[in-house]
Amino acid sequence: MTSYIVIALFTLGIGLGWFFRKKDQARKKVDSGITWAVYLLLFLLGISVGTNEEIINSFSRIGYKAFWLTLGAVLGSVLLAKVVYQLYFKSDKPEEQ
Amino acid sequence: MKGSLIILSFFAVGLIGGIYNVFPQWLLNDNLTTYALFVLMFLVGISIGSDKAAFYVLRKMNFKIVLVPLTVIVGSLLGTALISLLLSDIKVKEAMAVGAGFGYYSLSSIFISEISGKELGVVALLSNIFREILTLLAVPLLVKYFGKLAGIASGGATAMDTTLPVIVKFTGKEYGIIAIFSGIVLTILVPILLTLILEVF
Repeated sequence: MTSYIVIALFTLGIGLGWFFRKKDQARKKVDSGITWAVYLLLFLLGISVGTNEEIINSFSRIGYKAFWLTLGAVLGSVLLAKVVYQLYFKSDKPEEQ
Repeated sequence: MKGSLIILSFFAVGLIGGIYNVFPQWLLNDNLTTYALFVLMFLVGISIGSDKAAFYVLRKMNFKIVLVPLTVIVGSLLGTALISLLLSDIKVKEAMAVGAGFGYYSLSSIFISEISGKELGVVALLSNIFREILTLLAVPLLVKYFGKLAGIASGGATAMDTTLPVIVKFTGKEYGIIAIFSGIVLTILVPILLTLILEVF
């Protein structure tokens, strides 16, 4: 349920953003609001992880999984990017489309 | 890079304080996180919607340029799905959700920990930070062996901001607009794909 509310708010924000295009002052405030919301949320995530013994005890395993998943995501992306580049991009320069 | 260090240190202070139980109980209230996430996503929406580059990018849209973020999505999801088969303790869809962060670690980690629990949230946080760092370090090599789209593909959502300078440096200015396009599209799709992967399927 939470994620649907999030997507709704996100979409609403994108629509409202249109009215802020020329308001640089307001845009700066929005961006610093984002920065502080991210700090707060990561801080809270830190606390809830720190108080969760199960996660703390398996931290090295978590890091190990994260490392391999990164490798998978990056290798998958660049391998496919190589194919797409050879097929569609190599022969011309993108700005000449 | 500096930004991710500050964010990591907020996480670390919370983590260490949490281990030693120095914070009052009300900070542990999950509703606080949920409401902060609502505020964050609303603000991120406004920020994207008010970005002039976003509309410039829409006007530039054509079949070839759309292929780029599509490549990153398919490549990241397939790659992480394959890795999950080698790791004994992660489900395919959980691994794909981590991959669907596309390097946007702040948002994806918070979002995933809300839906699937803190442990997967931490995997997503670390994995997507690694993705940004790996991209910053390896773009020259990746471009050499995988072609000019490789930096953009590796950077994922970060190709529009934090990794854009190195991508442009090693693949040329003409790829800058593709990098920004791909980054914006992926950024917008992160919450949508995470919901699809974790809640719908």
